[in-house]
Amino acid sequence: MGTSAKQPIIEVDRVAKSFGPLTVLNDLSFAVAPGEKLALIGPSGSGKTTILRILMTLETINGGHIRIDGEQLFHMERDGRLLPADERHLHRMRSKIGMVFQLFNLFPHKCVLDNVTLAPILTGRVPRAEAERRAMELLDMVGLADKARAMPAQLSGGQKQRAAIARALALQPKIMLFDEVTSALDPELVEEVLNVMRRLAHETDMTMLLVTHEMSFAHDFADRVLFFDRGRIVEEGGPDDIFRNPREERTQAFLRKIIAAGQRI
Amino acid sequence: MDWDWSFVWEILPALLQGVVITIKATILGTALALVLGLVFALLRRSRRRAVAVPVASLVEFVRGTPLLVQLYFLFYVLPDLGILLPPLGAGVIGFGVHYATYMSEVYRAGIDNVARGQWEAAKACNLTTAQTWRHIILPQAIPPMIPALANYFVAMFKETPLLSAITVLELMNQARSVANFNYRYLEPMTLVGAFFLAISLVSVAGLRMLERRYGRLN
Repeated sequence: MGTSAKQPIIEVDRVAKSFGPLTVLNDLSFAVAPGEKLALIGPSGSGKTTILRILMTLETINGGHIRIDGEQLFHMERDGRLLPADERHLHRMRSKIGMVFQLFNLFPHKCVLDNVTLAPILTGRVPRAEAERRAMELLDMVGLADKARAMPAQLSGGQKQRAAIARALALQPKIMLFDEVTSALDPELVEEVLNVMRRLAHETDMTMLLVTHEMSFAHDFADRVLFFDRGRIVEEGGPDDIFRNPREERTQAFLRKIIAAGQRI
Repeated sequence: MDWDWSFVWEILPALLQGVVITIKATILGTALALVLGLVFALLRRSRRRAVAVPVASLVEFVRGTPLLVQLYFLFYVLPDLGILLPPLGAGVIGFGVHYATYMSEVYRAGIDNVARGQWEAAKACNLTTAQTWRHIILPQAIPPMIPALANYFVAMFKETPLLSAITVLELMNQARSVANFNYRYLEPMTLVGAFFLAISLVSVAGLRMLERRYGRLN
């Protein structure tokens, strides 16, 4: 345990990603310690959402390596050689990672409870009764116990997102990815989602990566902040360093724009 | 020419036998088309071009040639190649394959209509591809397409008289043989029309119910 605890749970090593002629990530490297809460900020198009999607294997990479929990994500080590990962390897790696999306992506044909229990029953082979008991605990934690039998269409945006968080937690991932989870919400619904995430951050030792435009939340939530611009990390540091004393000119310009748009940091 | 009720009662049993065959052919043909249509739609989406391209060509070929020609081919040409099909069997295969190509387009549109985020959420939930199809994509894709699929059921039903060309004793064929035998066409053909209209009207009423039930999902 002693040595493995110091090993990063995520290692992104010189990753490149382009969509056709457009380079989105350029020689990107960073590491995340187990249990760390990391905020990824930066202008849109800077690549912060792309790296989250890559970690969830929703996108492939064009170069570099990613290690999750000491294992290659997109490659398999066979006899000292690296081969492209097959679906079985990706399936095993995905079990370590959960994701919450900007547009919730709840399964609209299933009630809230079934949204949460589906994956544990199908992939974790958890008996239905046990899966439902655990799902109710999670729904209770996100304040949706009374909506277990509601259909997603009957929920408010904030309720949908809290249900989506419960769904992602149901598989007990080691790493949780939050991709602009409050961006699609009406302003008065943002706080209820952020409260759930605050509790998660304080009460669990899950590693969490958060892409957000809510700077004051990023400040409270994160142990460390990465500022992205044009596919690279321009600056990183503790939240006080980044938000109170940014060194880089581009970070300063970005934060000035955020403040001008009316956000408090 | 006067309407002869006693003739109607005389030929009714033969025509009802024909109605049973017509309905049987339509139901079996639709069942085959529903399954094959989904298979075509899924194979055409395959990332392997060696799979997708031949299936796409087959679909275009079948859609581009008349059903009657296909029925003749199945029933009169295949025996030369040593494949002997009973009339109804050849008819069901002909109708099933032909309508499968139409239905595969309905499936394709329905599948494409499922939001990309659903695929991504399924991946984030670590479902396998097969589980994603079965539990996430098809349950959302199929209900909105039920009215369109049911429409093809009614269309196929109305095309079953083509089966008389390959000696299936369906309604049209029965009516023609009693008419030829008695030299009276008024009552047999009127009854054929009445049967088709009645069954179509019932089917369309069923269709409207399906539209009300499934048309407003999401």
